[in-house]
Amino acid sequence: MSGARASADALAARFGPAVLRRGESCGDTIVWVDRDRAHEVLAWLRDDPEQRFDYLTDLTAVDYRDPEQPLEVVYQLRALARRVDLRVKVPLDKAEPLSVPSVYDLWKGADWLEREVYDLFGVDFPGHPDLRRILMWETYREGHPLRKDFPLRGHYSRSEQTRQALAANPEAHYSLEELSIAEAFDDLPADVRERLQRGERGAVP
Amino acid sequence: MSPRTVELELATPGLDAQGRPVRVPLGVRRAYEAARDVMATGEEHMLVNIGPQHPATHGVLRLVVELDGEVVRRVIPHVGYLHSGFEKLGEYRHYNQIIPLTDRTDYLSPMANNVCLAMAAEKLMGITITERCTVLRVIACEMSRIISHLVWLGTTGIDLGAFTPFLWSFNERERVYNLQEAWTGARLTTSLTRVGGMMADVPEGWEDGLRDFCRTFPATLREVDAMLTRNAIWCGRTQGVGAISAEEAINYSLSGPMLRASGVDYDVRKDRPYLDYETYDFDVPVGEHGDIYDRYLVRLEEMAQSVRILEQALDRLAGLKGAPINVDDPRVILPAKRRAMSDMEAMIFHFKQVMDGVPAPPGEAYLGIENPKGELGYYFVSDGTAKPVRWRIRPPSFINLACLPKLCEGVLLSDVIAINASVDIVMGEIDR
Repeated sequence: MSGARASADALAARFGPAVLRRGESCGDTIVWVDRDRAHEVLAWLRDDPEQRFDYLTDLTAVDYRDPEQPLEVVYQLRALARRVDLRVKVPLDKAEPLSVPSVYDLWKGADWLEREVYDLFGVDFPGHPDLRRILMWETYREGHPLRKDFPLRGHYSRSEQTRQALAANPEAHYSLEELSIAEAFDDLPADVRERLQRGERGAVP
Repeated sequence: MSPRTVELELATPGLDAQGRPVRVPLGVRRAYEAARDVMATGEEHMLVNIGPQHPATHGVLRLVVELDGEVVRRVIPHVGYLHSGFEKLGEYRHYNQIIPLTDRTDYLSPMANNVCLAMAAEKLMGITITERCTVLRVIACEMSRIISHLVWLGTTGIDLGAFTPFLWSFNERERVYNLQEAWTGARLTTSLTRVGGMMADVPEGWEDGLRDFCRTFPATLREVDAMLTRNAIWCGRTQGVGAISAEEAINYSLSGPMLRASGVDYDVRKDRPYLDYETYDFDVPVGEHGDIYDRYLVRLEEMAQSVRILEQALDRLAGLKGAPINVDDPRVILPAKRRAMSDMEAMIFHFKQVMDGVPAPPGEAYLGIENPKGELGYYFVSDGTAKPVRWRIRPPSFINLACLPKLCEGVLLSDVIAINASVDIVMGEIDR
């Protein structure tokens, strides 16, 4: 674990105030990093020849029960060759829009993980090429289920959910991507095309 | 190129800085054109929907495949049909009450999930388990590896048109399931572990059944090896298909046999040992080409190595006969039922634990173990109460599946089935 502590110290020495806090819990080294410089710090951790955290083990978020506490985006990094694990956390103030730059350009593995955090926590990842819901369906409107202000049974009653599902337009079950391909083949029914042209479900490019 | 094709040279929807939907170009065009030079079939593109109700998608995975003739231009996976909100549910439960949820995530290796959850909670609470419990958990993990890989072997064989290995592997798998049922009382919902120990010790004479399995199972492996490893059809369908290089495998966060087939030598059991794995004598197979064939070889050898570990664990278990399986701490482990009904103090502990749960100190812990599918990690955040603030599953097959569009660039449609099978997915874990 000393390797991770050395990395945390090197990070603090290099980035100074961008490293908000360092800590340890149950033997895991944790570094809190400022949101605005998070991408820079993570890129340095990946590329610096001393660090080489080339493997993104996991990317997730934590919403605390205390509403005052910031939501945290958690990166579990691993230097595969050195067998060192480091946890980087980026706190996001819940009063502001939740957003942290995407690390898709650093680790391709972040693709679905960032989509999942966006889906379940509502964190925006600018720079992600395809940020849309992944576990919930694309037209899900109740919010982001893993947030603490989301009740366990959801916002809507079962009957309301059924009503909405029955009232939904068929195009709601297809992604814009699939609709655009169907449109290119002239395969869209006239009423669906009409609704899309009215912009009721985004525009087909 | 016709306007339609240009239309299709599209992109994927995203949002711009102002929140308006925009088209973000995709990078598959190059690979597509390389493939088209080989198999140009015209300008017509076809959109094929595979799943979610399709046997070759191994559950409720839906793949939307864009085809140019038979060449795959693009694969868009859709997941979430089995989403059950396990992580949300876990936040409303005591640590021991989460264990039944883990049975249902990776339902092809439930015992290994139970072990990982108990270990993550023990890391959070700072509990050291007993020696016999450690050995029993190793046995549970390795049994899970064998049954999970046997399902993979059988179903992948069927996907590629080989029916016999399916019968052989499910026959052997049934023997492990019988042992699992004798131990835990369940074939699927095992809920084997508890924080600080096990739900039950193995029954009298159970070890003989496992020894018998360890003695005869390698013969089946040899038969599968003889049938597939040099089989011309098998090699033709798997060699060089769905290959991914070591650098890319790391960049895509692949783990388990998917990572090792690409030549990256990382096994959690060796490199971050848990359950005293460093004291067992076993080898970690590592592939070279990163294609389906190497994944097959890695998984086949992993089963043989699991048998080696099981044999050593059984020897240790014999030396620990009668040793306790639970830690000696009444705050963590429920008292025996007989004592709880006759002894006042034991009854108080029983009541407190069932009603209030076991509080974990404030803090957080991530623990990853080498599951059959890859690195399964449980990440707990605690605020000092008996229920976690956050329970995160690091789902190995979710992360492995995320590189499917990359693996399927420019292959044939039939290879999509083979590649998807080689990833070894389980939808209960992907959708959680």
